[in-house]
This record gives sequence, structure tokens and C-alpha cells, in this order.
Amino acid sequence: MIYLDNAATSFPKPKEAVEQALHYIHNIGGNPGRSGHTLSLEAARIIFEAREHLAHLLHIKNSEHIIFTHNGTEALNLAILGLLKENDHVITTSLEHNSVMRPLTYLQKGKHIDLSIIQCSHKGELDIPKIKRQIKKKTKAVIINHGSNVIGTVQPLGEIKREIGDIILIADVCQTVGAVPINCETDNIDILCFSCHKSLYAFQGVGAMYIKEGIQLTPLRFGGTGSKSESIEQPDFLPDKYESGTPNTPGIASLLGGLTFIEHTGLLNIHHTEKEITKQLVNGLSSIHDVTLYGSHDRETGIPVVSFNIKGKLPSDVGYQLNKRNIYTRVGLHCSPMAHKTIGTFPHGTVRVSPGYFTTEEDIKIFLEAVQTIAVNNL
Amino acid sequence: MIYYLLFFTIHDVLRAEKILKKHNISIELVPVPRNLSSDCGMCIKLDGDLNIVKPLLNAFEMDKCVSYDGKEYRSVPL
Repeated sequence: MIYLDNAATSFPKPKEAVEQALHYIHNIGGNPGRSGHTLSLEAARIIFEAREHLAHLLHIKNSEHIIFTHNGTEALNLAILGLLKENDHVITTSLEHNSVMRPLTYLQKGKHIDLSIIQCSHKGELDIPKIKRQIKKKTKAVIINHGSNVIGTVQPLGEIKREIGDIILIADVCQTVGAVPINCETDNIDILCFSCHKSLYAFQGVGAMYIKEGIQLTPLRFGGTGSKSESIEQPDFLPDKYESGTPNTPGIASLLGGLTFIEHTGLLNIHHTEKEITKQLVNGLSSIHDVTLYGSHDRETGIPVVSFNIKGKLPSDVGYQLNKRNIYTRVGLHCSPMAHKTIGTFPHGTVRVSPGYFTTEEDIKIFLEAVQTIAVNNL
Repeated sequence: MIYYLLFFTIHDVLRAEKILKKHNISIELVPVPRNLSSDCGMCIKLDGDLNIVKPLLNAFEMDKCVSYDGKEYRSVPL
């Protein structure tokens, strides 16, 4: 079995993630911060520690500015729906995932926000001065996909923030967090949204976001927080303001384990290993006749996400043939129709290959041999 | 003298605990006494010198601090 779908969710998970989650499930089990007994307190401690480790990874001074959500989509929805009001103008790019495009389209239709979409090149390059030219008096936010889930290109967040000044930068870092260094302080990021089950190695059902001090969002969920229980009004302090309801504590425990794994292994080591394996993948695919690779082939700055097609074959057929050989990729539009329009692969999409830290050279070798066979045979 | 240090969030309780333990200050996390707050959370119980603790918690926005001499609870300014 060769798993090459880490951009959808990482697999396998490091043993630290599994062990932390099992420790919580077997020995703790309490509802965090709710009940004042030892098990409730121990559960709260796991969440506190996960927040502290995330703050360390992302260079965030106060960890209470990190909010746990149930996935990256919920984080992006909280950022977009919680921030934008009627008549606000927002700028985004043609590489965005539907977790950004759908809430924006919903607001555009229902609340009449003004939306500008910057067209990226077919290689996924974003012309940053173009953003500045789109800025209007009512521009509230710029939303940027940091690492493309279709072609793996990475945009320079710090440079974009410098260009837009005081306008709020919302960065979707679902594909990059844990895979490339992110520094909220030096890049002056306002809102960072991500899922935790990809390169942070948590189980599914955990996302998170960072909200810079001074930015007020309308919560998506109102309810119990274990704090200010005498009041029927939502608290306005962090992180409770945005975290009503019982969190996914076993998932957050796995996140704590995942973060410990990253710290022990070293983020730069992970980044380097994934870069090397991606180079092998890109070089191999480039040398197969009839294979078209999409996006930039500069693998110095990218992430391990590679899209390709075989001439004359549907990506779904290629994916099916790979699956028959127990090689798992993801085919189609990857929830990003606009990104596929940008690279010219709409509506059929591509075969996306996303190796991870645990992918071996041998895995890629077997994968490349399989693609070669599929390409030459009329299957 | 015993002091109860009340915070707005469990996050801040745990953050304060981490800082105080780093400075070897002996504290205990206990449920918030019901006569101090109707909150259902935890607070820090300190059996010692408040003046040593105060500067360490400067950066916190605290709910309240209450002293207890065995008979009476008194609000203490921070």
C-alpha cells in the first residue's frame, strides 16, 4: 500500500499522536474546563498545552489568541463570516479552495459584499502589485491561499502583508502549517486558518486559527464555555468567545502528540525530507512521455503537492488504475474549481499526488513505474 | 493567609499555574468557592505571600483576588 494523499489528510500518523489520544481516551476522558474535578482539569491541561505548542510553532506571543475549531473550513468560515459586513470589499485569488470561495460567494449574494478575485498565472504565480491596485476605500480584507492544494505553489505572506498595510490579511495555511516555517510575528499576519489533521498530524475533526489582538469577529457558535456561567451573554474574552461547546478533546490530544513529533523531528528536517521526495516525484513524472505536470516546478519553495495528467486519459481512469495497484492519490477538482480553471484543467481536473514525511524513495519509485505502465498501455 | 486567585478563563488559570510553578511557588488548583463566584470553573489557591505572586501575574487580566483568614473572605486589590 502506498499512500500519496497527504494533502487530504496525513497517513500514517506519528506514534506520538496516537499515544496522546489513547492516553486521553483511556485515562482522562473528562470534559475540559467544565467540572472542576481532576479529569476535567487534566483534559483542560491537554488543550492548554496544545495551544502553547502551536503558539511556539507559529511564533505567536499569547496562546489565548489561538482558537480551536472543528476543521480548517470552520476556521475560514469564522474568519470570513465573522469579519465581513455589508458593503465591505474583499480581495482574494483564483487559487482559493471552496472553503474560502463558498462563504465569499454566499456573502456576495446575500449580504452584497464586493468581491475582487485576482487571476493567478497558469503556473500559480500571484502578481502581488495586482492586489494593491485592487484596493478600495472599503477593502476590509485580503484572503490568500498560502500553499495551493492543487499545485503546491506557496505565496509569500509577509510580502503580501507589507503591500496591503493595515488591511486585514487572512491566510489559509491548511497545506503549509507544519510543512514550512510560518512566523505570525515577523510576517505580521492578522488571521491564520488551518486544519490540524494534515501536516500537524492530528486526527480528523480538529482545526484552529490565530486572531491577532484587536480584531473582533462575530462568533459562529454561541453557548457554554465553562466560564461566566452566571451570564446568558457570550463572554468577550479569548479563547472562550469563539469556542462554545465541548471541543474534540481526543483530537486535540492527538494534535499535541503531532506537535511533539514535529518538535522532536525538527520542522526544517521535515521540510527538507518532503522537498527531496517531491523533487524525486517531479523529476520522475517529467521524464515520462505523455505526462503533463501543472504549476511551477520550482521545488525549493513549494510543498509536496503535485498535479499531473496523462495525455488522452481521464484523471479518474488514472486514479482508478493506481488504486488497483494499491497506490492512493486524489483525482478530480480537489474542491478548488477556480484553481483548476486557472491552470487549465477544469472540469476534469488532475491526478494529485501528495507524499508526506513517511513516504519513502521506494514508494515513489513504485508509483512512477505504475504511471509509466498506465501511460504506455491502453488501459 | 489563604488567597484565591480568580481568572476569566481556564486557559489563564493554567497559564498562571505554569508561571507560578516555574518560580517554585506552592499553589493548588481548586474549584472556585461558590460564595466567591457563580462560575463553574477552577481557581488558584495560594497559601503564602501574595506580594511574591503579584509581580509574576502582572500581565494577566484577573477576575478577582480574595483572601481568607479561616473566618472571612475579603476582596484584595491587585
